[in-house]
Amino acid sequence: MAKEQYTITIYTENNVGLLNRIAIIFSRRKINIDSLNSSPSEIDGIYRFTIVIDETEEVVRKLARQIEKQVEVLKAYYNTNDEIVWQEMALYKVPADQITEKAKVERLLREYGARAVVIRRDYIIFETTGHREETDKLVKVLEPYGMIEFVRTARVAIIKASHGFHEKLKDFEEMQPGSKLVENEFLNKQDEVFTM
Amino acid sequence: MLNTLKLPQKDALRTKTENISGSEILLKAFIAEGVDTIFGYPGGAIMPIYDALYDYQQQLNHILVRHEQGGIHAAQGYARASGRTGVVFATSGPGATNLITGLADALIDSTPLVCITGQVFAHLLGTDAFQETDVINITTPVTKWNFQVTDARELPSAIAKAFHIAGSGRPGPVLIDITKNAQLQKIDFEGYTPCKFLRSYRPKPIVRREPIEQAAALINKAKRPFVLWGQGVILGKAEQEFRAFIEKTGIPAAWTILGLSALSTDHPLNVGMLGMHGNYGPNLLTNECDVMIAIGMRFDDRVTGRLDKYAKQATIIHLDIDPSEIDKNVKADVGIWGDCKETLPILTELVEKGSHKEWLQRFYDCTKEEEKQVIHDELHPTTSEMTMGEVINVMNELTGGDAIVVTDVGQHQMVACRYAKFNQTKSNVTSGGLGTMGFALPAAIGAKFGAPDRTVIAIIGDGGFQMTIQELGTIMQSNVDVKIIILNNRFLGMVRQWQQLFHDKRYSFVNITSPDFVMVAKGYGIAGKSISDRNDLRESLQTMLNHPGAFLLEIMVGKENNVFPMVPQGCSVSEIRLK
Repeated sequence: MAKEQYTITIYTENNVGLLNRIAIIFSRRKINIDSLNSSPSEIDGIYRFTIVIDETEEVVRKLARQIEKQVEVLKAYYNTNDEIVWQEMALYKVPADQITEKAKVERLLREYGARAVVIRRDYIIFETTGHREETDKLVKVLEPYGMIEFVRTARVAIIKASHGFHEKLKDFEEMQPGSKLVENEFLNKQDEVFTM
Repeated sequence: MLNTLKLPQKDALRTKTENISGSEILLKAFIAEGVDTIFGYPGGAIMPIYDALYDYQQQLNHILVRHEQGGIHAAQGYARASGRTGVVFATSGPGATNLITGLADALIDSTPLVCITGQVFAHLLGTDAFQETDVINITTPVTKWNFQVTDARELPSAIAKAFHIAGSGRPGPVLIDITKNAQLQKIDFEGYTPCKFLRSYRPKPIVRREPIEQAAALINKAKRPFVLWGQGVILGKAEQEFRAFIEKTGIPAAWTILGLSALSTDHPLNVGMLGMHGNYGPNLLTNECDVMIAIGMRFDDRVTGRLDKYAKQATIIHLDIDPSEIDKNVKADVGIWGDCKETLPILTELVEKGSHKEWLQRFYDCTKEEEKQVIHDELHPTTSEMTMGEVINVMNELTGGDAIVVTDVGQHQMVACRYAKFNQTKSNVTSGGLGTMGFALPAAIGAKFGAPDRTVIAIIGDGGFQMTIQELGTIMQSNVDVKIIILNNRFLGMVRQWQQLFHDKRYSFVNITSPDFVMVAKGYGIAGKSISDRNDLRESLQTMLNHPGAFLLEIMVGKENNVFPMVPQGCSVSEIRLK
């Protein structure tokens, strides 16, 4: 089964230590988190984590179950990219003289859907929002002009099919255990693997 | 932000407001939760709680252990023997870190515990203060839930949540870390309100009828159905429901090590133990059954052996209270989420009355084969040295299967679980998932407090006994009536067995020497005896059982005996070896 990009959306209580409890579910299995965002949700007092990882559906499903098992987690969903609408925001700090002399600021802004957030004598800060490829593109364009700083946020995503948390909750109650099994690749290597 | 519960005040157990310390609130909460025994060890950061405890000695029996690991294992033994939540006290820093092994053990074996650790003053958190350690983060992976209390006003709700979370659903250990200022802080306490509901926590999944109907249809059509049961039956207090199910359907049933004693060992449908050192029939016939019904068990690798050759021919029905267990290791064709106390009666009602005489006979035939090749020689050896099996066999005759048997980890554990007889539930206490050597001695102490009217026998190897040997001090001080059998083979036997079988007999550091255990016991004022002659066995065991109070019996057994049958690592369960 091929790995794919999955976005895991987790609804939780807002408690100290919960981020760690969720993060170690990934690190225990040596899974790298591509991006992680925490924000309030549509329901008062309930927080929402958005985590992006590259894994097989099987692994992601089991991870979601382990996350949901945590006492302070209300629900964990996972979606492929075609099931969600997502955005990332990026900020770029560029020397003002370079940009004003060598590149047409106006063209940049139009072409990349960017916005100038701060304009100073010494530098300009642009902002764009979009998918990873889009924000990356502007990095390439600005690099020759001596970009001073670049930063990008984690992904925020909304599930296309969702009718809000309460509706989705019912869907997941109906969901049956899934259909596929990943077997341990080491089990066939008894001579090389010694365990007690 | 204060994390207070908003429950109606009519549920409160006290209505008169008093101005008392956080420490006293904690103890009042314990009493309200029905706690009678605490296993603990004091230290600087938990002193206010111990000070409050001084006035509560009549209501709360505190057992002073010799090491915090002993304390938590004792609480585990208490919980497993009584079915109630075990309670532990430890101080900050080293006191708290000494709990880790027990927490990991309790989490993997689903044992309900509430652990209270003292912590430095809240203003010192993060300053590397004396005996400060980041207990919450250290224990996060090994607790079902944990919480740090830095203000006494958080305490009542934290304790209420702790007991609710530890004991409900799939049980597990909970740790509450209380800073010293919160222990000392006086607040107006309006009474303790137990927690019954948390919106983010659903202990039991909602039971749905459709999968149970599907399961019943499969079971009714099955020609060779096979039940596997685990500790879920005991934790769900569903022993009756379980028996009713297998008796109605006549399906042979086999147990995981933690499921042992949920059904009496001489029940005709109890066909024995699953897994690596389990019985021949249950392992061999796993790959011949047509419908497998797994109840409250989690398909541990020690049970399944090689997964890609595990029951591939069977349709699998899996009942579990923890949804994350279904499909985790073995893909279920029908997953039944829910408490088996609720799901089993529905299933029993839907299945037809039946019997599977020929199929059951196949298990009996396997037992005969195993009897011939393994069991007979183990229980009635002709060698000069004693075997572990014959000790268990004589013990069975003397106890009649009524004792609580607490085992440590290794060869003796496998032998004891294979051969011990049990008539009643909650009688087998062992470290299954984590395999914690040193578990048995403190767990036996706890088991005795959890079931004071029952005989508690700890069966321990010479290696494991030396890991928590200091708890003999607890037995001495608190006059704990536990019977200790040390099966001494002068080796770390299980590792030695593997080294013999898979490492060309390269016995690397398994040769362990022991002190004179009887003399050590004597030093603690505990009666003891050591035997190496078969002729002394029965009489010595009888002496031990008759002795008023604790007794240590060291039994020298064969040095290089192996536990068989065995499913070698990486093999299918049906490739089980009888020798």
